[in-house]
Amino acid sequence: MSGARLIPTIGMEVHLHLATRTKMFCACAVEYDAPPNSRVCPVCLGMPGVLPVMNKRAVELAIRMALALGGTIPDFAQWDRKHYYYPDLPKNYQISEYDQPLGVGGYLDVPLDGKTFRVGIIRVHLEEDAGKLMHAEDGNYSVVDLNRTGTPLLEVVSEPDIHSAAQARAYGEALRQLAVYLGVGDCNMELGQMRCEPNISLKIGEGPDGTPRYTPISEIKNLNSFRAVERAVAFEIARHREEYEDDPDGYTLEHLGKSTRGWLDDREQTFLQRSKEEAHDYRYLPEPDLVPVVPDRKWVDEVRAALPELPETRRRRFVEQYGLPEYDAGVLTADREVADFYEDVVSLHKRKPPTDPNVPKAASNWMMQDVMRVLNEQNIGIGQITIEAGDIAAVSDMVLAGDINRETGSDVLRIAIDTGKSPWQIVQEQDLAQTSDEGELERIVDEVIAENPGPAQDFAEGKDKAVGRLIGMAKKKTGGKANPNVVREILVRKLRG
Amino acid sequence: MDVTDLTACRMRDALRARDLSAADAAEACIEAIDRLNPKVKAFLSTDAPRARRRAAEIDKRLDAGEDVGLLAGVPVAVKDNMCTDDGQPTTCASRILQNWRAPYNAHVVERLLAEGAVIVGKTNLDEFAMGSSTENSGFEATRNPWDLDRVPGGSSGGSAAAVAARMTPIALGSDTGGSIRQPAALCGVVGMKPTYGRVSRYGLVAFASSLDQIGPFGRTVEDAALLLQATAGHDERDSTSVSETDEPVPDYLATLDEPVAPLRIGLPREFFGEGLDPEVERAVRDALAVYEGLGAELVDVDLPHSTDYAIATYYIVATSEASSNLARYDGVHYGHRSSDHTDMIDMYMRTREEGFGDEVKRRIMLGTYALSAGYYDAYYKKALQVRRLIRRDFDEAFETVDCIMGPTSPTAAFRMGEKTADPLTMYLSDVYTASANLAAIAGISVPCGFTEAGLPVGLQILSGVFTEERLLRIARMYERETDWASRAPPVCEGAS
Repeated sequence: MSGARLIPTIGMEVHLHLATRTKMFCACAVEYDAPPNSRVCPVCLGMPGVLPVMNKRAVELAIRMALALGGTIPDFAQWDRKHYYYPDLPKNYQISEYDQPLGVGGYLDVPLDGKTFRVGIIRVHLEEDAGKLMHAEDGNYSVVDLNRTGTPLLEVVSEPDIHSAAQARAYGEALRQLAVYLGVGDCNMELGQMRCEPNISLKIGEGPDGTPRYTPISEIKNLNSFRAVERAVAFEIARHREEYEDDPDGYTLEHLGKSTRGWLDDREQTFLQRSKEEAHDYRYLPEPDLVPVVPDRKWVDEVRAALPELPETRRRRFVEQYGLPEYDAGVLTADREVADFYEDVVSLHKRKPPTDPNVPKAASNWMMQDVMRVLNEQNIGIGQITIEAGDIAAVSDMVLAGDINRETGSDVLRIAIDTGKSPWQIVQEQDLAQTSDEGELERIVDEVIAENPGPAQDFAEGKDKAVGRLIGMAKKKTGGKANPNVVREILVRKLRG
Repeated sequence: MDVTDLTACRMRDALRARDLSAADAAEACIEAIDRLNPKVKAFLSTDAPRARRRAAEIDKRLDAGEDVGLLAGVPVAVKDNMCTDDGQPTTCASRILQNWRAPYNAHVVERLLAEGAVIVGKTNLDEFAMGSSTENSGFEATRNPWDLDRVPGGSSGGSAAAVAARMTPIALGSDTGGSIRQPAALCGVVGMKPTYGRVSRYGLVAFASSLDQIGPFGRTVEDAALLLQATAGHDERDSTSVSETDEPVPDYLATLDEPVAPLRIGLPREFFGEGLDPEVERAVRDALAVYEGLGAELVDVDLPHSTDYAIATYYIVATSEASSNLARYDGVHYGHRSSDHTDMIDMYMRTREEGFGDEVKRRIMLGTYALSAGYYDAYYKKALQVRRLIRRDFDEAFETVDCIMGPTSPTAAFRMGEKTADPLTMYLSDVYTASANLAAIAGISVPCGFTEAGLPVGLQILSGVFTEERLLRIARMYERETDWASRAPPVCEGAS
């Protein structure tokens, strides 16, 4: 019985909070940091007599996500009630979409280690979130905060096309990136705006009739970091492998079905929450208080037409159009606004055309080395940076044209960000422009040769290394402004001519 | 003149002419309630000081010449499953909501207040509107004003009895399977179930959401029309309420006295079959003869699914939705919570055990069963399919007739306790009414005579969706030829 034949087969359910101002079925604001139970009304409290009213914006965002995933929007989506008793669910049912979801089908291409793999999407549907229950330390009572109750939740259910812990993580990250790109959700995992629930099973092989056989499915609930996704999936794969090898006949899907497990982040272990026998009967009921969603075709087409370029498409375009290394393209397209900003920097170059082969890579270096450092230091997004794309292009232009050197360029950029001055103004005020004036540089080179006879002699005799020392001295005499290329040409002429 | 003898429309005329003050109208109702309610037990709660203050305010506005609305100064009672934030509890006649005070007004209550009505109290019902006799109230059983040993029908028995005993001229009820029409018939008043979607359900505590509809009680068709006028119309808080563009609210009062001619009346064989009391049948046949005398044509129609399957279908759909709607009463957030429990599940169980009555528990169990995995297709899904067939029966019938007539209830008012031991017998009280809720159509019950024992009999008239205007005219044609509405029940006479 070799373990190599066991193929991890993983599907993911991802819940994410939609970026709506108000809740799914009432006008209460979605505000995570509000005082407990201050963003509630009779509707989201499930008071007797209230009725839900659908938030159209939430439906639009769900349709946007479904379309971006290449799915189709059926003519008809049905709201259903999913029943279970829990104190954070005031009605003791959740309004969801059971068998007629808003979006069906599609896929997501996920980059991992320089390649991509494709994960099929089964469905995209909307539902409402529950509140938050907090238990007293002595265990004698619990308190509930219902601000989150009724927050619109989008659930994306994948096909079991994921085959490793790393892929599970990469899929979650790619889905998050897509949702953020689309403006569908903020997906802040620390705030619980995105939760992942992988369903893990190992394919054992085929039965006598050729149908595939699997280990039981375990669903890990409520993972709220990608690190947890990766570790929990890895843990489960190993656990399934062990269980199966201990009992190859009994540890199968047909015997044990599906169970639900939790994840202990500190102990890095999963634990059993509910076995198949304890599974809830949700007693789904078509929601009689809401009419079915019949999306207007014209509206769906408008949502489709307004879709932005998706991250994976854009990443490939950056490689092809700009000749960027895969790594650069991945970093620059990870955030839609960073990618937009980068493209602005490229196109705003004036002295070299944006089609010049050096421009895109130079712009990428400015973004990845200089701009992102500032973002990290100040812990801000690209939207808050105090410099325009055009100013970065101006600095890049100056370096490409030889007006200033690369290091000076970094300094200028930094000053521009700190003071808000234009790069030109900074270069002029601080007299930073490189000297390429041959007459002046000849005089300086003469001085350098006279003052450094040893290195001059070495260079004259063919030792190329010595030139660095001589150029360095020339830069020192000019306060860093000597154009190193011009100095080198003069040295060659004078000492090797 | 005894103010309580006035219909709402005549009271309204007198109020507008300033021949009557809202204060006097309210006082007359308060006095009648004080005198009669201990016997009839129609009201669960009243707030006389508040009603007096409200009436005084309306008087002031009327005196100033303001347009105070359709119901300016008219006293109205509200079934106690509609939310009022006036400090009176909204109990649904259930111990689980015994002390619950709604933090908001139902749409219909907002409408009543906007039209100048004076709410005099909240009326009794079968717990959560589940029943046909008001004996399932968690607090007390309402009595029929025509015979205090008999039931008023249900579930809106409190509203029907309050109007019949002239404690209020008009009242709101809710009808899920006949809960307005059947008590109207048993109490000798007019009761109407409008088309599903005509009146907003926002603030009506749900029993079965796809069947529940609020409607008016009055002693005359005109009063029912007045109260429907005041409460009908779109409400964006109820997604199932119809838009004004699709179905504008007609002026019901303006056309009420125009007869419908030609008038073709459909008579389903199924409504005159086994189980129909001969005295009830005779009164209904007499009423049909009156229509014939007015030139109407009587036509046989078939509603093959509407009696045989209506009750079975109704009790699956209604209990399934009820089991879901009533899941929220768990003692966690509001309402009764058992003081004696060991853990969370135990708290849920004891709270619901203590808070709900037997009939509510029975229906929750039936509905939970029908929705359970493995049973859904056989029960709920099948019931929805039959529901569509019932709807089609009516659609086809209304292609050839203007309305359908028959008895509202197979019997006149039955004795208290007569059917409580056998829930199935009780369920058959809805045999002629439940199909209208399943088909979502409009229906009305109008008084059409009395049994030898002096118990009222109701004629049910059903018509297609959003045809309330014509339905009221048809009912009014008959009412004009009779004087049933002028009779007062013995309980009123006995006291005066």
